[in-house]
Amino acid sequence: MRVLAHARGSITKTVIQKGQNQFNPIIIGFLCTWCSYAGADQAGVSRREYPPNILPIRVMCSGRISPHHILKAFQMGADGVLVAGCHLGECHYIRGNYMTAKRIPVVKELLSFMGLSPQRLGLTWVSASEGDRFAAVVREFTEQIRELGPSPLRGVS
Amino acid sequence: MARVGVFVCWCGSNIAGTVDIETVLEAARRIAEVVHVEDNKYTCSESGQQSIKKAIKEHDLDRVVVASCSPLMHEVTFRRCIESAGLNPYLLEMANLREHCSWVHRNRGEATDKAIKLIGMAVAKVRRLEPLIPIRMPVEKRALVLGGGIAGIQAALDISKAGYLVTLVERLPTIGGHMAQLDKTFPTLDCSACILTPKMGEVLHDENIELLTYSEVEEVRGWVGNFEVQIRKKARSVDMVKCTGCGECIEKCPLKLPSEWDLGLGLRKAIYRPFPQAVPGVPVIDREQCFVFTKGKEKCRACERACPADAIDFEQEDEVIKRRFGAIVVATGFSLFDEKAYGEYGGGQYKDVISALQFERMVNAAGPTGGHIIKPSNGREPRNVVFVQCVGSRDRAKGIPYCSKICCMYTAKQALLLKEHLPESQAYIFCIDIRAGGKNYEEFVNRVQSEYGAIYIRGRVSRIYERGDKLIVKGTDTLAGIPVEVEADLVVLATAIASQSDSPQLARILRIPYDEHGFFSEAHPKLRPVESVTRGIFLAGACQSPKDIPDSVATAGAAAVRVCELFASDELALEPAIALVDAERCSGCLNCLEVCPFEAIREERVDSRRVASVSESICQGCGTCAAVCRSEAITMKGFTSPQLYSQIAAPFEEILKELEVEMPSC
Repeated sequence: MRVLAHARGSITKTVIQKGQNQFNPIIIGFLCTWCSYAGADQAGVSRREYPPNILPIRVMCSGRISPHHILKAFQMGADGVLVAGCHLGECHYIRGNYMTAKRIPVVKELLSFMGLSPQRLGLTWVSASEGDRFAAVVREFTEQIRELGPSPLRGVS
Repeated sequence: MARVGVFVCWCGSNIAGTVDIETVLEAARRIAEVVHVEDNKYTCSESGQQSIKKAIKEHDLDRVVVASCSPLMHEVTFRRCIESAGLNPYLLEMANLREHCSWVHRNRGEATDKAIKLIGMAVAKVRRLEPLIPIRMPVEKRALVLGGGIAGIQAALDISKAGYLVTLVERLPTIGGHMAQLDKTFPTLDCSACILTPKMGEVLHDENIELLTYSEVEEVRGWVGNFEVQIRKKARSVDMVKCTGCGECIEKCPLKLPSEWDLGLGLRKAIYRPFPQAVPGVPVIDREQCFVFTKGKEKCRACERACPADAIDFEQEDEVIKRRFGAIVVATGFSLFDEKAYGEYGGGQYKDVISALQFERMVNAAGPTGGHIIKPSNGREPRNVVFVQCVGSRDRAKGIPYCSKICCMYTAKQALLLKEHLPESQAYIFCIDIRAGGKNYEEFVNRVQSEYGAIYIRGRVSRIYERGDKLIVKGTDTLAGIPVEVEADLVVLATAIASQSDSPQLARILRIPYDEHGFFSEAHPKLRPVESVTRGIFLAGACQSPKDIPDSVATAGAAAVRVCELFASDELALEPAIALVDAERCSGCLNCLEVCPFEAIREERVDSRRVASVSESICQGCGTCAAVCRSEAITMKGFTSPQLYSQIAAPFEEILKELEVEMPSC
């Protein structure tokens, strides 16, 4: 990765979209298919509005998400990454989400070490019926990323 | 180079109302390796699917992206569609433009922009997908039915009649469920016992059905077609083979305890049958109360001396039974909201304020009062009886915003039965409104008013208190706009239908989702109402939502058909999206073996090197192993790292292009 400072000048034109003064972050969401992806579907079915910044990627279990995938998202320029799985104890694969629960704090430390705010990485649990919760979590996380501003890695590869 | 076709769905106005389809189509045409783009009003319809098949042939497509609704909704539909056009069904990716975009965003520009990104990500993934072939596994043709109420009984009988083996597990000492507690059923006034008890007997004598009462499921492992289930059969303290069901033991037991079955209105012994027609008719000893267990081995033993068959066995131990099942029907029913939460109604405080189920036991000829309606406080016949509907139901403050569905009808029925039993009595019914949707339901409620003189008062009850030996029910008639006060002898509360209090624990054992109220979630509210999200586990009766008897029976039959559908073939096609170890790359650290929740990974030797190996019949495809693999030697089929990387990278491509920064290699 090149020096962070390189990016700072160039990002503003794409990040702050035309006609809008608000920073519109790009957030990659890793959602497990059984609970949080289904929960996001439920949010849709019950028309719970949330900001459009999150781009969901479906995986079978949140335990599938390795630090590589998260780092890849930040490397590409994601302003935030949200990992969502089943509530602890409700994993469709018994304990895949426990692996996630252990893994994410480690990745957060790694982000701090790299000079990225660990707040850019979120971990949450949403069940298939919690459409309301999914929308609320995304609203909150998007706001959090907005406050942090654009990722210093935007445009650096 | 792949030849990708992108099919954008309008979903009527569901997607097209928020997402600008023209702009999306334009953008999709510019994506690399996309050779065909088209839109469709309803892509899932027959004509929509035909046009996909046509395009595959005409444009020689080798991969398909359908940008429509959730893959949880229609992935199977479109996989079948492209398969029939000659493509491998796994060369499909869906972009969820409906649930994750048009339904949750209002701004047209933003939604359109997101839709384009989602399609870009789907194309990025589809380009890297590889053909997969389903794994075929034998099916264990034995069904497990959990719960012996009317739904469980019906499901067990239906599956058995189709020629398959069934194990019916009930946690109480008898099957029958709530229906066995009722006197008459609405709107036909059929005698509940007369239509239920023959079915209970049928279950007992059915050769295909193994009945395990006083038993509970402890552990469920495995998957559709091959569930391994551990059932604890609690010690009954009575030998089920020796017992003839004569009941001598019950006669001789000196202990008298409040009967759970009669909701405290009657008494039972420490050795008991919940009710005389219980199936099986073998009694059970309540070990928490029986003197032999509370006071010492040498105490009492009256039942043992009375038993002519030598069937009493104080030493009996719990039995742990392990069985394999191909499918599971969950029919664990409901519980009732505790009226004590309404302090202002005096539930649990005044003897003459009872729940509707207590009234049901009272009016039942086989119940504690022999079918006589009395005031529990003094045993006299009541004259004015007030029925209060929606006790708990539709009351957000009590955490139950939903309608319990059956209370309007059973209250009407109880008002009718009251008049039949006590012609001098008068029923007053407080209701928010009357919900009588169902065959002959509305007519029934009208009859209860016109022929049986029940007085309906629209309004909630604010308070119930005692004055002398009467109960004063205070409320408001919201139609007349005046406060109302009724002097009642007996008050009957129509308590809400709630889920079983331990349904979350059972859901965890079964690995099925449940809603915020503890009811199990169906796979689709309209089209898959009796299937849980977990394949091979089906839902019947009120464990899914409040249901009356006909609905419970109907869902039980539907669940049984789903089970039979599974059992009709000898083999089951399992998801091929499982893990695969590249022995060349594997460093033999065996971290994967540690994290696998299914013990699907074992150690193997390849050229005297230690490597991991995945058993494809056990692997369920969670991918946890792939995430811990340091050398990326594990391929999680359908979700490989290269596939995920390109999906992650896709939304940034435009930005990076604009900034003239080179794309990093994946």
